[in-house]
Amino acid sequence: MASHNESIIREPLITGKDITYAQITEDVLRPVENMPTKAWWIGFTVSSLGALLWVFAVSWTFWFGIGSWGLNKTVGWAWDITGFVWWVGIGHAGTLISAVLLLFRQNWRNSINRSAEAMTIFAVICAATYIVAHMGRPWMAIYSLPIPNQYGSLWVNFNSPLIWDVFAISTYFSVSLVFWYTGLLPDIASIRDRAQGIRRKIYSICSFGWTGSVKTWQRFETVSLILAGVSTPLVLSVHTIVSMDFATSLEPGWHTTIFPPYFVAGAIFSGFAMVQTLLLVARKVLALENYITMFHIESMNKIIILTGSIVGVAYLTEFFIAWYSGVEYEQYAFINRATGPYWWAYWSMMSCNVISPQLFWVKKWRTNIAFSWVLSIVVNIGMWFERFVIIVTSLHRDYIPSSWAMFYPTWIDVSVFIGSIGVFFTLFLLFIRVLPSVAMAEVKLLLKGSSEQAKKKLIDEGHLDPSHVQFYKESLTKFDSVDVADYQ
Amino acid sequence: MSSTKFILGLFDDPDNMLHGIEKLQKNSVPIYDVYTPMPIHGIEAKLGIKESRLGYAAFMFGCLGGSTIFAIIYFTMVHDWPMNIGGKNPFAIPDFIPITFEWTVLFTAFGMVATFLFATHLFPGRTPRVMDYRATDDRFVIAIDAKGNTPHADIDSILKEAGAVEVKHNDRKYVSYE
Repeated sequence: MASHNESIIREPLITGKDITYAQITEDVLRPVENMPTKAWWIGFTVSSLGALLWVFAVSWTFWFGIGSWGLNKTVGWAWDITGFVWWVGIGHAGTLISAVLLLFRQNWRNSINRSAEAMTIFAVICAATYIVAHMGRPWMAIYSLPIPNQYGSLWVNFNSPLIWDVFAISTYFSVSLVFWYTGLLPDIASIRDRAQGIRRKIYSICSFGWTGSVKTWQRFETVSLILAGVSTPLVLSVHTIVSMDFATSLEPGWHTTIFPPYFVAGAIFSGFAMVQTLLLVARKVLALENYITMFHIESMNKIIILTGSIVGVAYLTEFFIAWYSGVEYEQYAFINRATGPYWWAYWSMMSCNVISPQLFWVKKWRTNIAFSWVLSIVVNIGMWFERFVIIVTSLHRDYIPSSWAMFYPTWIDVSVFIGSIGVFFTLFLLFIRVLPSVAMAEVKLLLKGSSEQAKKKLIDEGHLDPSHVQFYKESLTKFDSVDVADYQ
Repeated sequence: MSSTKFILGLFDDPDNMLHGIEKLQKNSVPIYDVYTPMPIHGIEAKLGIKESRLGYAAFMFGCLGGSTIFAIIYFTMVHDWPMNIGGKNPFAIPDFIPITFEWTVLFTAFGMVATFLFATHLFPGRTPRVMDYRATDDRFVIAIDAKGNTPHADIDSILKEAGAVEVKHNDRKYVSYE
């Protein structure tokens, strides 16, 4: 911290001139300690209506069975697995930001990791409900666990990627939850020590008695680092396993070795897009512009360019391999994707996922908040179409032309999907009301080294290379929360 | 006889606090503990705190998780109900890797966090024993056990010289909650 030396030409991670440790606590806890704003109420009302729709549609599914969905004998997986893979993918950015960037010592993660981790938890909840719902008889979900039962030696098939999925998703969810909650302990203690009455009691129970003593901090950091170390391969394994649900089958368009890396890149791509969608709104509504700065937004946009490009290369590779393999079924599957009855889904996917992120090469656009927000939603839509294209276009024309069929979603399909978005946003909005959406302790760590005021102090002291200072000042012009006049 | 149990030096800057620790140590004043709102790197070495052994615990839990699930898979798929699918070997190790990996991570995470909570005496509902409410906000607190450490005025002046914004004499061990 204090001994942390940073290059002057790096943009600040905390902007604002008079930020103190107390100010950070104050700013972060404002939405937790005060009555909700009008914007929050509007958002909460809309999303909880969505959540109610979800409850209704899922109850309907449980009551009448998955016959209420638009599935048929050919297309046995459609919006359910599309939604599942989409949500799991979205969840991955949280772990990436928390774990991988921690291991790489990328301090810019500190302001955004908390919301991203929360997003992971809520997205995986949405994904898991899809899986349970699509079983048809959800009360039989227990048989996906290897537990002794009354049917003799009847065990789950550990050779099946679907069972790998059960283990992967449940492990991912529980490890993410532990990672998130452990990281929250010091911040919950901060709320507790400022609260009164019943709130103090509740936060006191949830803070586990945290005091912030040196030994606790030391162990806390060890725990964070090791959890990051084990979560990093975990996140890669989870989406790899999800991709194997498809890749180990013999379905044309699925049976491909590129799926694991392609799915992982796609997951990070869609996850970062969702983090952008959430944080660009949250920073404004919660007045967190000094902590979630343009540098953070730009860094995430750069990751979106990278992962979007990887996904684009994967699409082209699939086509190339279909041609190069000489397998006519594979070739047909891909030609059918681009020119068949679902061409519109394919080209929506291509334009949203391959073309749109490339616009971020233009610095002016990737540092524009409104543009970033719109594009993040475009990417989310594109990634949903990607999963839809993979699943439905492969299934609807199988090896047997007599069974070829189209998939049309029912209103229950649509309601479950829209409802799951409602559930996600309801949980997220509740989260920002009761827990700090920025990891305070970790942001405080940056104040003395990476903040604007620390850098300004260095400039004022005058022992820096003038060309570096000039470069730094120029880079500040993009920050909406920096008063450039202070540097004139 | 003074009723002071703890002398607290409250700093608003971590560098000043580190300076305070050095000064106290130079004057042979033993430090009871230090409470901060964020981790301070390098303080462990100053206070002579040994490196955490949680990494070993994590490794052991990981080994336990991996071997537990591998044993379950072996028992179910190879011993209890081996299925002949196209004459393939039921002991299909590559197929066992994903789940073995998942449980290795699962046990590592849960085991290590449980060890962390146990070792630091943290558990749901535990009464917080804080020295000062602001130690989780913006104050960096050095706590000195007052018993046997006299004269207190000397300690006060050392802390103030080091830049403490406030020096408190607490007659209770902990100021809140209990």
